[in-house]
Amino acid sequence: MSITYLEAIREAQARALAEDPRVFIYGEDVGQFGGAFKATKNLAAEFPGRVKDAPISEDAIVGFAVGAAIEGMRPIVEMQFADFSTVAINQIVNQAGTLFWRTQTPCPIVVRMPCGGTSGSGPFHSQNMEAIYSHYPGLVVVTPATVEDAYSMLIEAVALNDPVIFCEHKLLYYHLKAEKLPTEALPIGKARIAREGRDMTIVTYSAMIHEALAAADELEPEGWRVEVVDLRSVKPLDTDTVMASVARTGRLLCVGESWPWGGVTAEVIARVTSEGFALLDAPPQRLNSKDTPVPYHPSLWAAHRPTGHSIAAAARRVLRQ
Amino acid sequence: MVQATLSREAAPSPASNVDTTVETFRFMLLARVLDEKMANLYRAGKIHGGVFLGRGQEALSASLGVSLRKGDVFAPLVRDTAGRLAFGEPILDCVRTYLGSVLGPMRGRDGNVHRGRPSAGILPMISHLGAMISVVNGALFAKRAAGVQDAVGATCLGDGGMSTGAFHEALNQAAVERLPLVLVVANNQYAYSTPNRHQFACTSLLDRARGYGVAGQAVDGTDLTACLNALRSAVVAARAGQGPQLVVASLLRLCGHGEHDDASYITPEIKKSAVGRDCIAVAEAQLLQADLATRPALAGLRAECVAAVEQAVATVQREPAPDPFAEQWQALSAAHLLDTTQES
Ligand SMILES: Cc1ncc(C[n+]2csc(CCOP(=O)(O)OP(=O)(O)O)c2C)c(N)n1
Ligand SMILES: [Mg+2]
Repeated sequence: MSITYLEAIREAQARALAEDPRVFIYGEDVGQFGGAFKATKNLAAEFPGRVKDAPISEDAIVGFAVGAAIEGMRPIVEMQFADFSTVAINQIVNQAGTLFWRTQTPCPIVVRMPCGGTSGSGPFHSQNMEAIYSHYPGLVVVTPATVEDAYSMLIEAVALNDPVIFCEHKLLYYHLKAEKLPTEALPIGKARIAREGRDMTIVTYSAMIHEALAAADELEPEGWRVEVVDLRSVKPLDTDTVMASVARTGRLLCVGESWPWGGVTAEVIARVTSEGFALLDAPPQRLNSKDTPVPYHPSLWAAHRPTGHSIAAAARRVLRQ
Repeated sequence: MVQATLSREAAPSPASNVDTTVETFRFMLLARVLDEKMANLYRAGKIHGGVFLGRGQEALSASLGVSLRKGDVFAPLVRDTAGRLAFGEPILDCVRTYLGSVLGPMRGRDGNVHRGRPSAGILPMISHLGAMISVVNGALFAKRAAGVQDAVGATCLGDGGMSTGAFHEALNQAAVERLPLVLVVANNQYAYSTPNRHQFACTSLLDRARGYGVAGQAVDGTDLTACLNALRSAVVAARAGQGPQLVVASLLRLCGHGEHDDASYITPEIKKSAVGRDCIAVAEAQLLQADLATRPALAGLRAECVAAVEQAVATVQREPAPDPFAEQWQALSAAHLLDTTQES
């Protein structure tokens, strides 16, 4: 048996619904249809009344979830695409993100965001939102890169008493497979060494993990052993694991699929240089997408985001310094 | 009688009913053929990303397109191939955008229905539903400020898009500003898989016109004659300074949400009901009955449409794809203000 990243997300939701009567799912087309990507397939039938179709009203969808959470429920919201969460950003950052701080009332909602580029999806069905939501206080932002993390982090997200922005990458939905669902997992807030190495550290997350691993493969025959750190959650950011890796390798490249200005890669480099400057044997570098909207045509799209090859090229520059 | 011109510089002023009905039908048919070609290319793996058809909505969309004229502003939505053609968008713009040709209006940067030419009055939709209405409002405000008194702005929306805050904010805004906005809603009974009953609880979406103090009319979206009358009168009223006009059409999407979707959630009952009629078949019957066309003429017209579409596709298939190395990776017009990083 094998299970995909997408099926793991479905299974995690099924388990959350089965184990906790306070959980419900709310979003566009999530009911009988099972969602635009089928992440809620059959759940409406298995859990009658608890997997609700919403009108096309993202702002009201998230507001509704916050209200239900205040009353003790544990909503899981599905954005049809992460890109449409910009319509709900007010409720996410000003409502969900401030509630606990203002009132000590927890806000246990999960907003699932199908994010990231796939070829041919264009500027409005490809965005990565983790940097935006991480910037605001009061939100936990997770970016699973593996089937196991998609499952275990979603289960944990539902159990958390805070709002969680769950960034699931569409490129991983169907192709990424595991033998079985995990029985134990690292908690949210802990990074993972995805590949051990000694010559340099690549820190990344979400789908870029797989591009970074490809880059590490590409560099191996050249004699370089590259360590890859999977952040798993970008907020909180596990600085300790990053710093320990950089202490071993002395070199750092941060990679993200998001736009270059600010964001997760800038945050990691800021922390490493301010807290671990002496660990570095070369200036740390970062690689992001280009500073334009995400293009439609496959050849532009492939050049817009980092790939195994462009990461390897950036890594060589770090290694030769 | 039917003639061979398939596209035009700008919509002609409707000289007579006869001409406009046939003319509108021609755009409906051309849109159907063009949409079908895009669907075929999609099935053949020649198109990246989605393909979205206006099948079943051509009468409504084309009627809007022919009712507008050069100088108006039009923000078409996902199912408006017919209205775009009728407003003057070249067939090539559609094909080039779907195939990602560097010669198209979007140069491969954006695709499929996300295309437009602001300089020609066609605003390029973003995906976020409801977002175009206030943009049309602003364009109309600017025209008014520039002393243009008789320009109309039109945009389209679905039953689902009417649930967005953007729609409610923008319709109210248009009413407050008393703008010459024509907002055409295609109630095709579903928003993706979501049926009307999960989308809204009012008896008719037209109630919302009254709620915002704007004029509204309902129309049978499967009936070309009815659509032409409704859209023409709405555009005339807007042009005459009577404020925003909401038109709500009842019809059915005779295809999936996109070509990836088999639309198995659409019930057989609704398909057999009045909204499930194919507007092309209805229009053909109307043209034949009114002696505006003969069967051979209709067959000839279809053949012309097929030829025009095939020619456009053949042209575009020889055109270059965008070259990432030649591409200007530049999202600002002020090149000196681009924020540069060392990387990539
Ligand atoms: C703000 C926003 N949320 C979600 C979507 C995703 N989406 C695209 S089309 C669609 C259904 C639209 O239904 P409707 O407005 O009735 O138009 P139809 O497709 O039926 O023509 C949805 C949910 C979107 N484009 N914009
Ligand atoms: Mg609809």
